[in-house]
Order: sequence, then structure tokens, then C-alpha cells
Amino acid sequence: MNIPFTATLEAEGIACERGGRRLFEDLSFALGPGEALLVQGPNGTGKTSLMRQIAGLLPLAAGTVRATGTDADTPAAELCHYVGHLNAVKTSLSVRENLTFWTGFLGGGNVDAALGTFGLTPIAGIDAGLLSAGQKRKLALSRLFACPRPIWLLDEPSVSLDVASVERLSEAIRDHTKAGGIAIVSTHVPLGADFTHTLDLAAQDPLEYGSAEVPAP
Amino acid sequence: MTFSLTHLANPTRFLNFAGAVIPSLAGLAVILLGAGLYLSFFVAPPDYQQGETVRIMFIHVPSAWLAMFAYVLIAISGLGTLIWRHPLADVSAKAAAPIGATFTFLALVTGSLWGKPMWGTYWVWDARLTSMLVLFLLYLGLIALWQAIEEPGRAGRAAAILALVGAVNIPIIKFSVNWWNTLHQPASVIRAGGPTIDSSLLTPLVVMALGFTVLFILLHLIAMRAEILRRRVRALQQTQVAQAALTGA
Amino acid sequence: MTAALALIRRDIALAFREGGAIGVALGFYLVVIAIAPFGLGPDLNLLSRVAPGLLWVALLLAALLSADRIFHNDYEDGTLDVLTMGPLPLPVVAASKSLAHWITTCVPLALLAPVLGLLLNLPIHTIPLLVLAMLAGTPAVSFIAGIGASLTLGLRRSGLLLALLVLPLYVPVLIFGVSTVSAAVTGPGSPWPPFLMLCAISLASMVLAPLAAAAALRTAFR
Repeated sequence: MNIPFTATLEAEGIACERGGRRLFEDLSFALGPGEALLVQGPNGTGKTSLMRQIAGLLPLAAGTVRATGTDADTPAAELCHYVGHLNAVKTSLSVRENLTFWTGFLGGGNVDAALGTFGLTPIAGIDAGLLSAGQKRKLALSRLFACPRPIWLLDEPSVSLDVASVERLSEAIRDHTKAGGIAIVSTHVPLGADFTHTLDLAAQDPLEYGSAEVPAP
Repeated sequence: MTFSLTHLANPTRFLNFAGAVIPSLAGLAVILLGAGLYLSFFVAPPDYQQGETVRIMFIHVPSAWLAMFAYVLIAISGLGTLIWRHPLADVSAKAAAPIGATFTFLALVTGSLWGKPMWGTYWVWDARLTSMLVLFLLYLGLIALWQAIEEPGRAGRAAAILALVGAVNIPIIKFSVNWWNTLHQPASVIRAGGPTIDSSLLTPLVVMALGFTVLFILLHLIAMRAEILRRRVRALQQTQVAQAALTGA
Repeated sequence: MTAALALIRRDIALAFREGGAIGVALGFYLVVIAIAPFGLGPDLNLLSRVAPGLLWVALLLAALLSADRIFHNDYEDGTLDVLTMGPLPLPVVAASKSLAHWITTCVPLALLAPVLGLLLNLPIHTIPLLVLAMLAGTPAVSFIAGIGASLTLGLRRSGLLLALLVLPLYVPVLIFGVSTVSAAVTGPGSPWPPFLMLCAISLASMVLAPLAAAAALRTAFR
């Protein structure tokens, strides 16, 4: 990750509505290069929805999300990587073919180096359908390295990873922010990454939600 | 128009409005339909060529007109859902679909009953009947899509897209059915109705058409009201579930 | 462009690897055509007269069998999320996937049609026209199926619902597709006017259907 990232991400007054219920509203934060945001809160408070909104996968009930990067006109979603509960892994393609497709589609990147990040090189030729849950997750996370993008949206990235891999992931997030990237992570286990900001979605009752301001430095 | 539509965007205000209008609309529908039926069955003379069967026209033509009117309404509501994001647009479309389908069905049945003495068979693949049948299938698709999607927001938007796709397709379908029809049944089809209609037949037809239209608006308002209330019940239940989850259930 | 090609190439690879999909569609096509004469009677004159229509109707049904897979698998495993975040606009993603469906389903079906035409006593000299008409008309089939597939994404009984939504929209394709072949079989008209209409419908579908499909995909995200 030698490409220095310069993107910033700004959310202003965003609100989320699922099935007619407001999960949160009037949420604002701004993240500059090298900053990491930890999103906390119990189940059902909207952590996943927030991630998906930033990724452009869910409509905003109110507010705006803006990302500015090297290219001013690129939509926010195109600067983001989203790794959620689903791995986006094709079981009938091999490990390498999975990553090669993503570099072809998203643009990028060094497949071999990305395979090495989580130690998938020895199983590169195997059909992804044969992988364990943890290995599939590592393959999903390898996408982050195969196609460099400045903003990482990681929703419970440590699920089904072993201790060593969680450590490797923490290190990767640290490296990413050091290179000027932004990371927004929701997690229930402590990750050894240096989070510059924390957002607790459970802090307020959803109906009397104030603004959860995270000031830019 | 714009004022009243934005004014009614608030569901509560709409419920009040519907509650106030429904009784008088119901009265108007009864009067118009009563008068229309009396004119159709007792006043209008039998046609010199078609005899008493011409009276089916007084049901058939208004049904066919409302079948198309309801689809246009659904398509416009679809625009309302997708473009103007009017909060009641998908309620309007959802409420109109079964009513429109019923009128389409009525038009099909009366058309085939009318056809029996004229064509000697209940069904011919006449261009108008066939287009009507396709319209009926499109209605069924819309209703099925609403039934299949539980979340009202997604259901509304998906149905709006399907309705607009259908609206773009209907002229193409109509045109191609005409092509197909002339290819297979050259000039043997007896045209329903003529280029000119005698005023003794026109008056009952107009009254019936007005009566049907008022009936449609009435049914539409009632169905919209029911749908809004159904959604409120759903939202209340969801709040209950969410509160139960917070207290550790 | 490279992104679209990567997507199409991957979908084709998946269709061949996940096996079955193409074979089932071809087998279904064969079975439908094979049982039709039992209902219609063995009169060869009659069969050759109805052959164009039967071949087209059965092709539509066979193509629909695999249509709900256009987006379904990518939706289930989260791939669709990532596809929307790429450099391609969503309508282009939808168009690429519909095109892949055309290549992996409709083209094999159209190539099988001549064999089935022989079963139905379709005059040999009309067979090139049959294949040509099917190749020209089936892009509309795949692209309109893409709308249905995106509307029914993640729903229960999506395959049946998809057929219910989409088959009425196939009426124009069917009419002009059959007219093209019928004109060559029984006359009297020239096959080219309906053929050109068929091309027009396909071209229009290829432009417009992805827009509707993309809009429907947006509604499916959870």
C-alpha cells in the first residue's frame, strides 16, 4: 500500500429508516486522511445500515455523504471498499480467479501480493467452495489489497477469523491509515487498530436522538 | 391541483378528507348507476341489428374504459413514487390495481358474452379482446408482485417500475396484436360499436360511464384508506417488537 | 469497458462451471417440443403450420427457466453489493449480466431450434431464417427477463413470479418472431418487415430494459 491516499469522508445530518422505523438521525462526522472510526452499539442500532448507506447501498433518509479524493467527481461509493456479512465469494471459481475477477472489474492491483497478505497463496488454485468460513472471510478481505481504495468500510470483519488472522487484520488497518487511508469499522471484539474516533449508536434513545458529532481535527 | 396533492400528502389529512368525501361519493354513485341502469335497460331501444344484446355495451364499454383509466392512474402513481416521492403514491397504485383488474375482468366477461350471439363462440382472438387479456395479465403480475414483497417501501417502488415498464409496453403490445390479428383473421371481425352512435344509446352510455367512474373513485378512496390503516397497524407492531428486544426478550 | 468484459466473461465461466443451467434449459426445450404433437395430433401439415409458434413459445419458457439466476446468485452471496460499487453504472452492470444470459442461454436454445424444427416438419429451407429470427429476437427476451429477475430478487417463488411478470411483455417478440418464420413457411408476405420489427424490439429492449432493471435492483438492497 505505497499509494498515499488523500481522500476525506464527510457525513452530514444523515438519518436511516428501516421498515418505517428511524434507526438514527441527524448523524454527522468528518474523517480526514489517516483517520479511523470505530462504530459501536448493540444489535439493531443501525451499524450495518450506516455502513451500507456510506457505501451507497441503502438510500439516505436525510442528509448527505461526501467523499473527496484525488478525483473530485468520483462518487463516494467508488472510493470505498465494503466488506459486510456476506463474503461476495464465488464458490465455483478458484481463490485466484475470484480475486482476478475483482481486479478486472474494480480496477487494480496485484493479485499475488493480495493473496499473500492473509496467507492464501498455497490454496490459490483451489475452488473457493472448498474453503472454510474463516478462509472465505480472508478471501473477502484480500479484496482490500487487490484493488487499492482509500476508504474501508468493514462490518464485523473479524467474524470467523482466528486470533492470528485478527492480529493480521488489525495490522492491515494500521498500515492502511498510515498510508493516509480511512477506515470505518464496526466490531464486537477489540481490534488492535488505532481508532481516532468512536461513534456509539446506542448512546441515545433512537427517538430522542441528538447529533453525534465527531469533530474533525 | 398541485396544491391539493401536496396538501393531501399527509396521511392523517388524507384520512380526514376521505372520511368526509366518501359518503357523498357513495350517494352520487348510487344515483348515477341507478339512473344509468334504468336508462340502459328500460329506456334505450334495442338495436335494429344486435337486438337486446346491445345492452351489454352499457356495462362493457365503461368497464373497458376504467380498465385502462386505472392502469394510467397506476402508472402516474408510479411516477409519483419514483420521481416526486409522494408518500401516498404507492398507496394509490396498490389500491387501484385490484379494482382495475376487476374492471378488466368485467370487460373481458361482458365482451365474451356479447360476442357469443355475434360470433357464435365465447372467445375469438379479436384484437381488442386480446389486448384486454394482456392488460389483465399485467394487472395480475402487479398484484402478485405486491403480494410477494413484504416491505411496503420496496413493494411500492418495485411495482412502480413494473407499472411503468408495462405502460411503455402497452402501445407496443396493442400494435403488435393488431398486426397479428390482421395477419390471421383478415377482415372477418365484426367491429364492436360503430363509428356513430345514436343519441338514444349515447345518453345511457355516458351516464353509465360517469357512474362507473364515480364508483371507481369511491372504491379507490376506500381501498387507500384501508391500506393506510393497515400500514399503521404494521408500524405499531414493529415498534412493539423493537421495544421487546430492548427489554431483553 | 474492461470491467464490463470482466463481468461478462465471469458470468459465462460461472454458467459453464455451475453446470446444469444450460443443459436443463436445452432439455426442457426438447421435451416441450417433443410432447406438443401428442396434444396436436400427428398431422404433419398441421405441425409444420404451427411449428414456428411452438418453437418460439417453448423457447421463451426455456429461457425463463434460468432467468431468475441472472441476479439471484450474486445477490445471495453479496457480490451484487460490490458490483454496484465498481466503476460501472448500475444499468451497465444489468446490461452485462443480461447479455451474459443471452450468450449462455438464448444462443444455445436458438442453435438447438433447427433440430427441433425437423421434429415438427418445418420446411428445411426456412431453417436459416428461423435461427436468424431467434438470434435477432432473443436479446429482447434476455434483457426483459433481466427486469423480471431484478424485480423478484430475493423473493419467495421468484421463478414463477418472474414468469408471470415477464411473459405478457413477450407478446410482441412472439408475434414478430413467429410472423417472420411463418411468412417463409406459408406465405404470402415477405418475412423481412416482421424481422425488422423484431430487430427494433430487441434494440429498444437492450437500451431501455437495463434502466428499469437497475432501478429495480436499487429497491432490492437491504
